Amino acid sequence: MSFESLAVSKAPRSRTDLFVSFTWLGLQGFGGVLAVVQREIVDRKQWMTLSEFAEEWALAQTLPGPNVVNLSVMFGGKHFGPTGALAAMAGLLLFPGLLMLAIVLSFQAFAHVPMVASALHGMGVAAAGMVMAAGWRFGPSLLQHPIGRPLAVALTVVSFVLAALMHWPLVKVIGLVGLVSFGLTWWRLQAKDST
Amino acid sequence: MTLALFLDLFMHFCMLSLLAVGGALAIVPEMHRYLVTDLQLLTETTFSQSVTLAQIAPGPNILLVAVMGWNIGLQAAGGFEAGWTAMGMGVLMATSLLIAAVLPSSLLSYFTVKWLQLHQHARSVRAFRSGMLPLVMGLMLSAGWLLQTASNPTMDWRLLLICALSMLLVLKTRVHLLWLMLGGAVLGAVLGL
Repeated sequence: MSFESLAVSKAPRSRTDLFVSFTWLGLQGFGGVLAVVQREIVDRKQWMTLSEFAEEWALAQTLPGPNVVNLSVMFGGKHFGPTGALAAMAGLLLFPGLLMLAIVLSFQAFAHVPMVASALHGMGVAAAGMVMAAGWRFGPSLLQHPIGRPLAVALTVVSFVLAALMHWPLVKVIGLVGLVSFGLTWWRLQAKDST
Repeated sequence: MTLALFLDLFMHFCMLSLLAVGGALAIVPEMHRYLVTDLQLLTETTFSQSVTLAQIAPGPNILLVAVMGWNIGLQAAGGFEAGWTAMGMGVLMATSLLIAAVLPSSLLSYFTVKWLQLHQHARSVRAFRSGMLPLVMGLMLSAGWLLQTASNPTMDWRLLLICALSMLLVLKTRVHLLWLMLGGAVLGAVLGL
């Protein structure tokens, strides 16, 4: 899908709409909610375009705190103020939290069955694939990045190597790659603005 | 559970909320140090079980704080044998610690966004927003990879294949994610992975 076709985003109807939508998001999000957020909010609800989502997500991820909760607070607050933020966050945490409790309780009863452990492994890697797919979908935006294709791809690869393969503390990865990327982008935008 | 200990836990999770740069999974090592090593409120097994369950169950990863809170409350009140009192304590601790873990960071996000909306045309704001894209993409691919490794530490090629297949189906089709989870569970159970 091309993100040009989604260039105009819609708005949530009410706080209830926010609460229900984020409840639904939370309940179907495995391995974290990120992969589902992208699919539901960008593809189905069309509350954000893919490039808007990339920007909001960048912010939600750079600020401290759970990313998806940050995103819900930012998004709910943008449309309906503090109560909108609260509605979106409550949706994300309330029923998924109760479901989590039920899962923890029933887990203790079946943890010793080998088949259950195998199924959990299969679900774990399937969830991992979803998260990778969500990351991969930023590819088209990345290739049109103001700092140019080779540099943008190189910075992406560097952050993957540092975080996933060398297990650097996240603060350091963000400090290094984020700062370099921000500096280069600022410099390019300055050159573009002055012409 | 004394009031002093409760307040100490609550304040510590408020602090963790503001330290969680990169999300809930980033504070797992620090929670381990604090809850297992220092205070000995949780055992190794309970701790790692909580993290795994929170990753596999639906919902945001931060719910793992609620699972820890539940276990802390339950054990402090004498475990399942103690009946409803212990369960109530578990729910109380789960709720309190979850609130502590999301409140400070949510307030920060809320006001930062308001501020950024006022300054959205400033070059530094534009540079920040689009400048973070390579980092975000790299970190999301990393998160996927680390999740894969957590469920598949021996790098079994069949699990790697399920992971790749799931990624491909998300990218190329509109199949509902629940079906992918179910497919992963069935393949895992049938193949005995």
